[in-house]
Parts: sequence; structure tokens; C-alpha cells
Amino acid sequence: MTPAVGKPLDRVDGRQKVTGTARFAAEYDLPGLAHGVIVTSTVAKGRVTAFDTAAAERAPGVLAVVTPKNAPKLRPTEPFGSSETKPVAGTTTAPVLQSDQVFWYGQPIAVVVAGTLDQAKYAAHLVRVTYDAKPAELTLDSKGRVFVPDKVQQEEPEITIGDAEGALTAAAVKMDHTYTTPQHNHNAIEPHATVAAWDGGKLTVYDTTQFVFGVRYDLATRFGLKLDDVRVLAPFVGGGFGGKGGAWPQAFLAATAAKVVGRPVKLVLGRDQVYACVGGRTPTRQRVALGADAGGKLTTLIHTGRTSTSTTNTFTEQFNFPARHLYASPNIHLAQELIELDVCPPTFMRGPGECPGTFALESGMDELAVALKLDPVELRLRNDPDKDPTRGTPFSLRKYKEALKLGAEKFGWARRTPEPGSMKDGRLLVGLGVASAFYPVYRMPSSARVEVTAAGTALVQCGCQEMGMGTATAQAQIAADLLGLPVDRVKFELGDTALPFAMVAGGSSQTISVAAAVTAAVAALKTALLALAEKADGSPLKGLKAADVAFRDGGLARADDPKAGESFGAILARAGRKAVDAKAEVKPGDEAKKLSMQSYGAQFCEVRVDPDFGTVRIKRFVGAFDVGRVINAKTARSQFIGGITMGLGMALLEETHRDPRTGRLVNADLAEYMVPVHADVPALEAYWVGDPDPHTPMGAHGIGEIGITGVAAAVANAVYHATGKRIRDLPITPERLMSAARESPR
Amino acid sequence: MNPFDYARAAGAAAAVTQVAASPRAKFLAGGTTLIDLMKLHVETPDTLVDIGRLPLDKVEAVAGGGLAVGANVRNSDLAYHDAVLARFPVLSEALLSGASPQLRNAATVGGNLLQRTRCPYFRDGVSPCNKRAPGSGCAALGGHNRGNAVLGGSESCIATSASDMCVAMAVLNVTIKTQGPKGERAIPFADFYLVPGETPERETVLDHGELIVGVEWPALPAGAKSHYLKVRDRASYQFALASAAVVLEVAGGVVTTARVALGGVATKPWRVPDAEKLLVGRKPTAEAFAAAAEVATKGAVPRTFNGFKVALVRRVIVRALETVAAG
Ligand SMILES: Cc1cc2nc3c(=O)[nH]c(=O)nc-3n(C[C@H](O)[C@H](O)[C@H](O)COP(=O)(O)OP(=O)(O)OC[C@H]3O[C@@H](n4cnc5c(N)ncnc54)[C@H](O)[C@@H]3O)c2cc1C
Ligand code: SF4
Repeated sequence: MTPAVGKPLDRVDGRQKVTGTARFAAEYDLPGLAHGVIVTSTVAKGRVTAFDTAAAERAPGVLAVVTPKNAPKLRPTEPFGSSETKPVAGTTTAPVLQSDQVFWYGQPIAVVVAGTLDQAKYAAHLVRVTYDAKPAELTLDSKGRVFVPDKVQQEEPEITIGDAEGALTAAAVKMDHTYTTPQHNHNAIEPHATVAAWDGGKLTVYDTTQFVFGVRYDLATRFGLKLDDVRVLAPFVGGGFGGKGGAWPQAFLAATAAKVVGRPVKLVLGRDQVYACVGGRTPTRQRVALGADAGGKLTTLIHTGRTSTSTTNTFTEQFNFPARHLYASPNIHLAQELIELDVCPPTFMRGPGECPGTFALESGMDELAVALKLDPVELRLRNDPDKDPTRGTPFSLRKYKEALKLGAEKFGWARRTPEPGSMKDGRLLVGLGVASAFYPVYRMPSSARVEVTAAGTALVQCGCQEMGMGTATAQAQIAADLLGLPVDRVKFELGDTALPFAMVAGGSSQTISVAAAVTAAVAALKTALLALAEKADGSPLKGLKAADVAFRDGGLARADDPKAGESFGAILARAGRKAVDAKAEVKPGDEAKKLSMQSYGAQFCEVRVDPDFGTVRIKRFVGAFDVGRVINAKTARSQFIGGITMGLGMALLEETHRDPRTGRLVNADLAEYMVPVHADVPALEAYWVGDPDPHTPMGAHGIGEIGITGVAAAVANAVYHATGKRIRDLPITPERLMSAARESPR
Repeated sequence: MNPFDYARAAGAAAAVTQVAASPRAKFLAGGTTLIDLMKLHVETPDTLVDIGRLPLDKVEAVAGGGLAVGANVRNSDLAYHDAVLARFPVLSEALLSGASPQLRNAATVGGNLLQRTRCPYFRDGVSPCNKRAPGSGCAALGGHNRGNAVLGGSESCIATSASDMCVAMAVLNVTIKTQGPKGERAIPFADFYLVPGETPERETVLDHGELIVGVEWPALPAGAKSHYLKVRDRASYQFALASAAVVLEVAGGVVTTARVALGGVATKPWRVPDAEKLLVGRKPTAEAFAAAAEVATKGAVPRTFNGFKVALVRRVIVRALETVAAG
């Protein structure tokens, strides 16, 4: 049997998804179901002075209008990231429905519950609210509290090596610029939705989440319940991208509403409400300054800046993480500060930190290459470090140069003529750009249960998440190889707190975290199976130790003699069992402390720019990645090209407009907040080096987020190559290109 | 949305009577504008009179080479109609540049003529907006007005006319045929739309209950060519940042007919007669086109975020004219 891992297998749930039989949270219609619709605030800061709910209460079908006046008392949440031992997932400390305070425009302030969705929507519109509004801080330049966070993802917020500013002054060649990225908002196809049902003191919830155990913990905390009395299910999630990483208000609001009306309640956010009360990506303002000697070796690297957080969470967009690991430089200064704003708590959005960070850093590298009159691929090759530049640790795996060369070859980088504006296609300007991709390797604790049956099938379970990336497929492949079974005999169950514990599907950590748990559970299963055979007369396994046997062809066999073995059926039949199972719970070791564990890549972009209109169209895009062993070539490619597509939106289109007078999001819908449509996305190509990482489970890295990193810089660099215009503020719009001046290299 | 009554119109006359009977009644055609705005509580009719099944769905030749098009003809059917493709490409191009295939299959000519602005403050239901809530102010003037108009606005309203089709119809010299409580009439396209002035809630000269039954237009001059050019951030599925519909006839080396209308930049489909006059009698050169574009944007009032549209629409005019002049 050839290994399943690495093959481009179809998704095990593909048929369910395309035929509509996969059920998503909002599709659980429980008996007696009522519908909740939230009312959101129309001021950015202040207090509700009065609710007029009379008309709403009189409207047809209305069961309740839940406001702070009649909402059951909840306890405070525990914020996401505030504990290293508990699965905390609170997204906002705002006491929603618990007080009259308003912390941002669009904050939920009431829930209307009615028999049908239309009745609830209509009645929600009839709720009249008066406020005592206070002036709000809404932009990176406002008077909000500015501070340096204690930690950025467990790391120091500031890194100083040598004298970065002094080296910049002294540098033979340098660049020093400020880059900005705007707020972005989540637009997963499936809006946030929860169906909540109480049974006495027990709560069952179907939710759109990347973290069932986090939502369970959050609901148990808020409602003062035992963890075992709350069950959260999310068998399918229609896209997460970080926007469903924490427990967003719809979950506890649905449970609150269900408690008030004594019926199960379904609460689905409208698209505009996803913008209003689910966090997006914070705006960033970043300074990148690079100095080099005449030979193109970096002498200094500075990456600093500001992002926003909110008054009801602390969220740090770790934009300078790429600069901690990508390039060798004797002098380095990395720092970041936060400003606290009266806005919806910002949150993870695909490649948080690394995504805007690579836009600035990789635009900066391109500017330095221009100043050096050096090919930008060559510049990057010359600055490849032999150990981690800020930690000094060895790399667990670093095939960055290989990825860069692979991408350059597939893309045909050699045809590029360096002079900006030197390549044309009729009246259109042609530009070719490159940027590095970067994302750390994260691994979290996980657990799994494995069961094999006499019929030669296996069931693998873990309460992890499927948001479209193909979790069940990849884990079934992994388990199948470990168990010596064909993939179609392995079933993988996920998305339920009744299953073994898993952490948030975030930080691209899930595949390897769960793979480690599955591997350990399979090892434990071997021991359990062997225990049934090792004392049995007539068994070829008699007297053997676990180390002497291996899973093979639906059974166990002697490692040194594959023919001397027994099928699961034979072992179980003799023992009078139908099945045997084993569980395992694993934590990462200290490898991440001893080694620098990162993924790398290179993004290559070809654009066409209309010189009159400033419109940019992508002609071709190639991404090449160093991500360890790839588990499934098909779903991996989908992750990469999905990330690249989102990156193209970031480069050219996406921007949330907040009205600075009110705090209201002006373009909170898919007609006005632009994401790429098919016509914007050419055929995308993704390649990978494929060498396994000796220090990770399965030799793999997570691949969900690296695809988006570097894309915006590759586009901006291609636009510069086409036009000689350097756009340092995203998105690259017609007006920015029309008004930018051509920059001549020094 | 608000609760409402629904009635299917038995005929054009009955529809007019039904809508005229209630000040808050509305005709329903494809519903792609109206239902959308009802969900947003921006439109709150108490009665919808569905005219979707009235037999106003023909495209017919009129003497002299023009076309008569029923109000219920779907945008996609009109765009792909042989006569339109062959003789009025500007209209086909405009229609196909709008919305998405699904929307164009539902949208009608009558509904497209009366689609509402995409001004975000109009659509949000809460911001000050003189068009939605007369007298409440205009949030767009000092707000995010990238999409708003630089031509034809007032200090009461700078809402952009969103339609692509209408920009093409402006250069086809369309006549709009109606049947209303006061009888039938034929309204020249140039007289149909109102600039906002101090009454932005009034968008056309139609009376309440007046039904558009169709549109009609004559043939273009024999040697004339037409074209629609739309510029936007993304490649598809976006309203125009700036667009131009042009008709150009060149004979003996000079321009004999020139018609230019602008979209995405003005409060109504925006014909530019001064620019057209300037072109007639001149050679179709880049200089002449640039001069016309300059004249076309005279009086433009840029706001915080839409100033680029002045330069952009000039370039769009020049490119559209160059394209038809080149053949
Ligand atoms: C997401 C989206 C994107 C879009 N993008 C574009 C675009 O890029 N370019 C573009 O031009 N358009 C675009 N549109 C708008 C679209 O073209 C219009 O919604 C459509 O043309 C309206 O036609 P309808 O038949 O659906 O009108 P309806 O919604 O049925 O009616 C619109 C209005 O016209 C009135 N009405 C309809 N028919 C008559 C009649 N015969 N007599 C009198 N009154 C009548 C109705 O009472 C209503 O007030 C877009 C729409 C959407 C939703
Ligand atoms: S521009 Fe017109 S539609 Fe927009 S907010 Fe102002 S008044 Fe309303």
C-alpha cells in the first residue's frame, strides 16, 4: 500500500458539501425554534439612556425584547489569551446586555426574539434607543491611550540588537519609509450564527466557531455552568480565517435569548452585523528602514509602528514577526505600540501580523534593491541567515532559498528587465514583482481517540475544526498510514466538545497539533491491541513488545517479518471484542524554544497597469513555499491559492471605511467592501519544496496562513516595476496611482 | 422589512390605478433595487403592485431603424438582442458592464431607469440624508464620498446616478413612454431626470402612479459608431468610478456627430452638450478629444475623497472617443 500522506486526495466531505447535505450551524432547526435578531448601537461611545421597546413588543410573533433590563445576569468573560492553561476565548470584555454602556458603534445592545426570522427582523427595527453619547477615539492618530503591550504572542514586544539607527545613518545605501494598511473586515461565506438550546441547566449550542472548546469555556464562564453541562458543536464551519477564533457575542446572546423565552433560539448575524460586532484586522502604520553595504548585505533593519486595539480587548497585530526571522543583519530594532480605540475589538484575520508586516518589510526590501540597483531576488539570497537573526537558535528547517529559486524558475523571473516601465503590453504597463512569504510554525496541545473494529475500519476523533481546509481528509490520511489501512476505511470525527480536547484552529497550528495526538493515540492503540494478542497461544504476535510490531494491512505484524501478523478482526474475535480503542493527550515539547521553527515562501506577481486610469489587473501569480511535508497536495494547493486570492484583495481592493464623525462602518456590505471577484483572479500557481521538518509531527508545517503573506508586497513591487510609482498605502487604488509621482532611483 | 400588501397587476391601467390609490404604493418589477432597499428599511412601501408579468416585454423595430423596448424587457435580453448588438453597441456594452449575470437576468428596463443611488448614507437608514429623510442633512458631504458625484450636485445632495444603462440611453436620445393617472405621455430622456437641487427626494418628473411602459429611440446616423467605457477598481461587479458613452460620426475627416454622456460622476445620466459642440466640425484628434473632455467637466465640484474622478472621467472620455475614432 502506498502512503496516503502527500496524495492529492479529494475531500472526504466534498460530496456532502456540494450536495448541500453538510449541515452548518444555522441549519439546525430544533423543535420549537425561535429566532433572535440583535439590535446594535448607533453611537461609538456612551450610555443608553432609554429603550423604547413598546412597538417591538407589540409586533406580530414577538416573544421577547431582551435588553439589560430583563437579561439574565451573566458573569464576566475571560479574555482570549489571558490564560496559558485554560481554553479562554472571550473576544470582548464589554458587558453586553449587562449594562447600559456602549463601547463601539455596532455593539449589540438588545436582542429581539420572535417566532420567525422576518418577524424578529421587523421588530428589531422598531426598537428605539436614546443615548448619552461621548466623544470617541477612532483613528490611529486620535487621543486614545497609547501603550506597549507586555507581550506579543508570548514574545518580547521590542528587540534591539546593536545600534540600528546609528547603522542606518552610516549605511552606504538605505531606505526609510512609512507604510500603512487599512482596517479589513471578515467576509467568510457563512456569517456568524448560533443555535442555542437549554435542557434544564444544560446548554447545547451549534456554533460557527474555530474553537468549540473555547466557546464552551466562554459560555460556561458567563452562565456559571460546569463545563460538562455545556456542549458545543461545529461539525462544519463555512470559513473562519480567524474571524471565528474566539467566542463572538452571537454565541452567548443566542443562549441568553433562549433562556429568556424558554425555547431554542437561532441567532444569525446579518452581513452588516458581522462587520459591526465581529472584529476585523486593525489598521497598521509601519516604519521600515533598511541599510546595506555596497555589496547588498544588510547592515541594519528597523521595523516599528502602531496598530490599534480596543477598550474591551487587547489585541496586538504582530507585524514585526517576519523581521525577527527572515534576514541576517548585525543591527536590528523591532518595536510596536498599540492605541486603544472605541471600536469593535480587532481580531485575528488570516496571517495576522505577518500579513501586513510582510507588506511593509517586503516593500522595503524592494526599495532597497532599487537603491542598490540589485535584483530583488538576489538581494534576498544575499541576506539569508545561517541561524535565527534575533534568537540566535538554529533553524529546524529552512528551505527559503530553495523556495525563492523554485518560484523564480516557475515564474520566469529571468525575463524581467529591471528598469521600471521597461516592459509593455500594448498601451498597458507590465510589472513583475517578488516578495517573501513568512509564517511561524505553531503547535498546541491536542488529544485524540482512535478505535479499530473487527471489520477492519477505524474511527478517529478529536474536537478540532473543519472550516473548509480539509481537516477530516488530512487527518484520515495521516491515521490511515499510521494504522496500515486504506483511507476509505478511516473515519475522522471533529467539531464537538463531546470529543477529545483540541485547541483553537488558529495560527495554522491545527494539522500538526492534531497529527501529534493521532500519532500518540495510534501508538497507544498498538499497545492495547497487542495486549489482546501477546499472551494468546497461536498468535504470531505472542510474546512480542510494541517495538517489535507494526500496523500493516489492517492488522498488526512483526516488524521484521510482515507476513507474520494478524488482522484486527482476528485479534478482536479471539478476545471476544468488537472494537478496541485508545486515547492520547499530547503537548508540544521545548523544540520551539531550542530551534527557530518557521515557514517561508516567495510570491511572484505579474501585473498590467493602465497608465491613464491607474487600474491594476493581475496577469499571473506564482507562490512557492517551504512548509515541510505537505499532507494532501490538493487541499494544500487550495490553501495556498486561497491565501493568495485574499492577498490580492488586500493589495488592490479591501478597505473598511469608518466614518470618523460617528464611528459607523460605511461600507459594511459585499457590494461596497470589495473583495476580488473571479475576473480579478487569474490562474494561480502554487508550488512547494516539500522537504520534511525533522522536528514537527509528520514533518509538516501549518499552511493556512502563509499563502496570504507577502502577496500585497509582491503586487506593490510589480506595480512599481510597471510604473515607477511606489504605493506605500494599501489598497493600491486608481486615485493613488493617478496622483503618485514616478520615483527615480537614487 | 416592513409588512406590506402584494398585488399582481391585471393590466397596465389597473396597475396605475392601484398604485395611484395609495401614496405609499410602488410598482415592483425585477425587485433588485426595491426589495434590496426594503430589507434595509430605506424603502417602506405599504403596497407592492407587481408589474413583472405585464406583457411589456417586446423589442420592436420602429420606422427609420430605431427600436421600441418594453419596460419589462430584462437587462440581459436587451443586451444580447441582435439589433442592439449590431446597431447600438453602446447600450449592450453598458448593460453588460452592470451588476452580475444573475442580476441582469432579473433587472428590467423600467427598474433600471429608476434604480436608486448607491450613496452609503442613503442606504444605511440612520445617517442624515436629504434624499431619504428630507431636511435631515447630507452625511456624504463631509463623509466617505468616494463614490459620490462631482457634477450636478448641490449642498443638499451629491448622490451619484448609479446606472450604466442610462448613460448609454442618454446618447441614444431615448424617449420614455409612460401611462399615468393623467394619461399617456412621451418624455424626452433629457427632461426625465432632475438634479437634486434642494429637493433630492425628487429624482424624475414622473407622477406618483405613473408607469413606464417602454422606451424608444431612433437610428444613429449612418456612419456613426458608439461605445461605452467603464472604469472601476475591480474587473467586474462594481458600479462605475467613471464611465462614458459616446457616439461619433466622422465624415470627410471631420466630426459630424458627437454625443457624449458620463456615468459614475454625476447626479443624473450626464450629457455634455458643450463638449459635443466643440467636437463637431473638428478633426478627431487627441487634442480635440482632450479639449472636449476638459469642457465636459467644467463646473465639477470635487469633495474630500472623489476629486480624482474629475481627471479620471476626462481620461475615460478621451479613451472612449479614441476607441470609436480608431474604428
Ligand atoms: C449588487 C448589485 C450590483 C449592481 N450593480 C450595478 C451596476 O454595476 N450597474 C448598474 O447600472 N446597475 C447595477 N445594479 C442595479 C441594477 O441594475 C438595478 O437594481 C436594476 O436595473 C433594477 O431593475 P429591477 O427591474 O430589478 O427594478 P425594481 O427593483 O423592481 O424597481 C426599481 C424601482 O423602479 C420602479 N419601477 C420598476 N419598473 C417600473 C415601471 N415600469 N414603471 C415605473 N416604475 C417602475 C420600482 O417601483 C422601484 O422604485 C446593481 C444592483 C445590485 C443589487
Ligand atoms: S449625497 Fe444625497 S443620498 Fe447621499 S447622504 Fe447626501 S443627501 Fe443622502
